[in-house]
Amino acid sequence: MSVLAEVTGNVGTLGYGLSAIGPGIGVGIVFAAYIQATARQPESATLTRTYLFLGFALSEALAILGFVVPFIIT
Amino acid sequence: MSASIILASECPPNDPGFCAPSVLEFFPKPLATFDLFGVHFAITRITIILWIATAVMVWFFVSATRNMQLVPGKRQYFAESGYSIIRDGVAREVIGTEGLRFAPYLASLFFFIVVNNIMGIIPFAQIPPTGRFAFPVVLATISYILFNWVGIRQQGVGPYFKNNLFPAGVPKPLYILVTPIEFASTFVFRPFTLSVRLFANMLAGHLLLAIFAAGTVYLFTVGNFSVIFAPVSFVMAVIMTFFELLVQVLQAYVFVVLTSAYIAGAMEEAH
Repeated sequence: MSVLAEVTGNVGTLGYGLSAIGPGIGVGIVFAAYIQATARQPESATLTRTYLFLGFALSEALAILGFVVPFIIT
Repeated sequence: MSASIILASECPPNDPGFCAPSVLEFFPKPLATFDLFGVHFAITRITIILWIATAVMVWFFVSATRNMQLVPGKRQYFAESGYSIIRDGVAREVIGTEGLRFAPYLASLFFFIVVNNIMGIIPFAQIPPTGRFAFPVVLATISYILFNWVGIRQQGVGPYFKNNLFPAGVPKPLYILVTPIEFASTFVFRPFTLSVRLFANMLAGHLLLAIFAAGTVYLFTVGNFSVIFAPVSFVMAVIMTFFELLVQVLQAYVFVVLTSAYIAGAMEEAH
């Protein structure tokens, strides 16, 4: 069976690019929710700020994981 | 000029191309090695940075609470405000009044992590010890043992595992699907993501700063027209330093908030 297409070089960078799609959307959703909630009810801003940081870090963690796993696996 | 600025990198000195900083930044030459009970120890500059940072943090809090006055002086005020951020803002908020018992551990955890993270941007140190995987692993292990211990002590071994692995309100046949997922999520992924989140953020941030800094030096010394990009690299290094400060404090805060959320989840099943 002949090879039709091939990706050579550092596939880790490709993996990071793919793994950054989901968290990019996720972080956008988290901040959009915070901005909308604060726009509707400004007094709630301090109350929801904890969830803002928590949601951002949890979502960002997956992108960071995608960045670091190629370093570990080598 | 390049040899004196690239002080702690692993690049060969007479390399004609650009030697990008790699993960080897976190494995510097050991200054002293010894063996104790069959375990090999190596003291590197990262160990020294950890000791100095932790000693400064501990000294600050001990000296601030030495002669506590009713009307606080400046140092006592700062220490009390810092402690209150965790005790009131995190422990009492997330866990409730029961959380005050855990406030000393959570505050120590927060200040230990934040001081060691900030070493990533302090001149002459410029490497966060929490970027070595072992440190976040140990911290996450302590938090893991703590929230399981609290849950088991509060509810008993059987009810604790039953509440975690067999959540209420799920139709009986679906337990085949839900229980392995719940088991992995609570007992496997929690400590893993807790440690890897902190470690990976510090590793990635350090590599980013190192690449911009090494890139600035390389572009200045390469001698062709690329030198016009050197200020761009320098500005990026400055911007990323401030961004790194935000990330370092945020990651310490998130570690502590998640630990307290896990403790709250382990305690609340009783009612």
